[in-house]
Amino acid sequence: MSSTKDHSGVTTVATYPIAIEINGKPQQLDVHPWTTLLDLLREQIGLTGTKKGCDHGQCGACTVLLNGKRINSCLTIAVMHDGASLTTVEGLASGDDLHPMQAAFVKHDAFQCGYCTPGQLCSAVGMTAEGRAETSDELREHMSGNLCRCGAYPNILSAIEEAMPATREQLARDKGVSR
Amino acid sequence: MNPFTYARPTGIDEAVSLFTPDSRYIAGGTNLLDLMKENITHPEQLIDITRLPLKDIEETANGGLRIGALVSNSDLAWDARIEQHYPLLSKAILAGASPQLRNMATTGGNLLQRTRCYYFYDADTPCNKREPGSGCPARDGLNRIHAILGHSQQCIAVHPSDMCVGLAALDATVIVKGRDGERRIAFADFHRLPGNEPERDNTLADGELVTAVELPAENFSTHCAYLKIRDRQSYAFALVSVAAALQLDGGVIRNVRVALGGVAHKPWRIPEAEALLVGRPADKAAFGELADALLAGAIGFNDNQFKIELARRAIVRALSDAVEGAV
Repeated sequence: MSSTKDHSGVTTVATYPIAIEINGKPQQLDVHPWTTLLDLLREQIGLTGTKKGCDHGQCGACTVLLNGKRINSCLTIAVMHDGASLTTVEGLASGDDLHPMQAAFVKHDAFQCGYCTPGQLCSAVGMTAEGRAETSDELREHMSGNLCRCGAYPNILSAIEEAMPATREQLARDKGVSR
Repeated sequence: MNPFTYARPTGIDEAVSLFTPDSRYIAGGTNLLDLMKENITHPEQLIDITRLPLKDIEETANGGLRIGALVSNSDLAWDARIEQHYPLLSKAILAGASPQLRNMATTGGNLLQRTRCYYFYDADTPCNKREPGSGCPARDGLNRIHAILGHSQQCIAVHPSDMCVGLAALDATVIVKGRDGERRIAFADFHRLPGNEPERDNTLADGELVTAVELPAENFSTHCAYLKIRDRQSYAFALVSVAAALQLDGGVIRNVRVALGGVAHKPWRIPEAEALLVGRPADKAAFGELADALLAGAIGFNDNQFKIELARRAIVRALSDAVEGAV
């Protein structure tokens, strides 16, 4: 922990150092213990792709991949993730080449306002990695942590169904690279 | 969130020694941080226990499994040993929360999650659980989701967990560590009814840390069902849930367990009523008698009277489903 004292000697700020890899880039950061992973991304690093919807883990707009697993970034504090590897929606594409899940969302018009989309994308990639959902009913159940207030669910489902095979291949490739 | 300090111990004894009355342990954090954002809980120190060696699932000497407190809900539900031998637990876990939450939430934390009573969660209203002695607006207020069994004048909140309903039916044991050493707590004795101390959800002493949950060898893997009734099909808390488990010999009941969720301040079980069914045919008449016994003395409020009949039917249906296999 490091803290600074103001001129009257009162401790004003306490931060903790963390090392975290975000979208493949290692970062050394100082964080307040109460800074959520979501606020770290949006306010401290400027990665505003990850969205704040409810801020209570109910809507899924803030979904990111923590060490490959989908989580709600609003319900965890950044200080706990020293040494972690994080992928946000900004890390899905390779340069100008969209991730298969992103390309399918565009193709199927799987959004209206787009606010839930970054969370839907990360969640769908995380779900594919879990490998537990196959049928349409299972996909709906396994995506129930991501709300879309525009009601684009049918197109979201179509996009995910189309993109899952290519996403699986990409996940296998990425795994190969990291080894 | 209020400002707080942060500690990251690497050993269990170190974690326990860091505890002060204004501290909270944090692992998954999915409920604790939400409570802090809502100004329901305001610890001065968070003790991050995620580096403690409590992440394994191991076989016990008597043929059961010992689940480390830090095993995530997803990892537990999808562990091959749990899926194969304790399908009731796997199904109960997967009926709760969302995939994102299950990836963070831990075994120990699931036990300790707090009620989602609207009034408990609204710091601008009185609540005996949040602020002892301030009153219970739920009794005469919005109480569709509230208790029908075991409630008190002081509190009609329900425990929100699905996993715990499965663990109650399986007769799990909770293992905790405090400054005075380790204790083993039978699952039925871990959570408590509100009585005159609704602020106490469980029987943990201050600073005691849940380190593991043990499952006995008897797993009911061939006949079990977890039935969850809720206002929407996914990602909602139970109005009523039923963990049902049977051992059958032909069509005759050799052993039966039923635990209820969404109806009381803790998973609701009456082993004495279960025992009365041993030797009886596994039919709707027997299941109905057990349902009646489980719901004897149930008292609903303005909005939740329906839960009594709903629970009765859900119990009979879950047991009927369990006759067919692991459902």
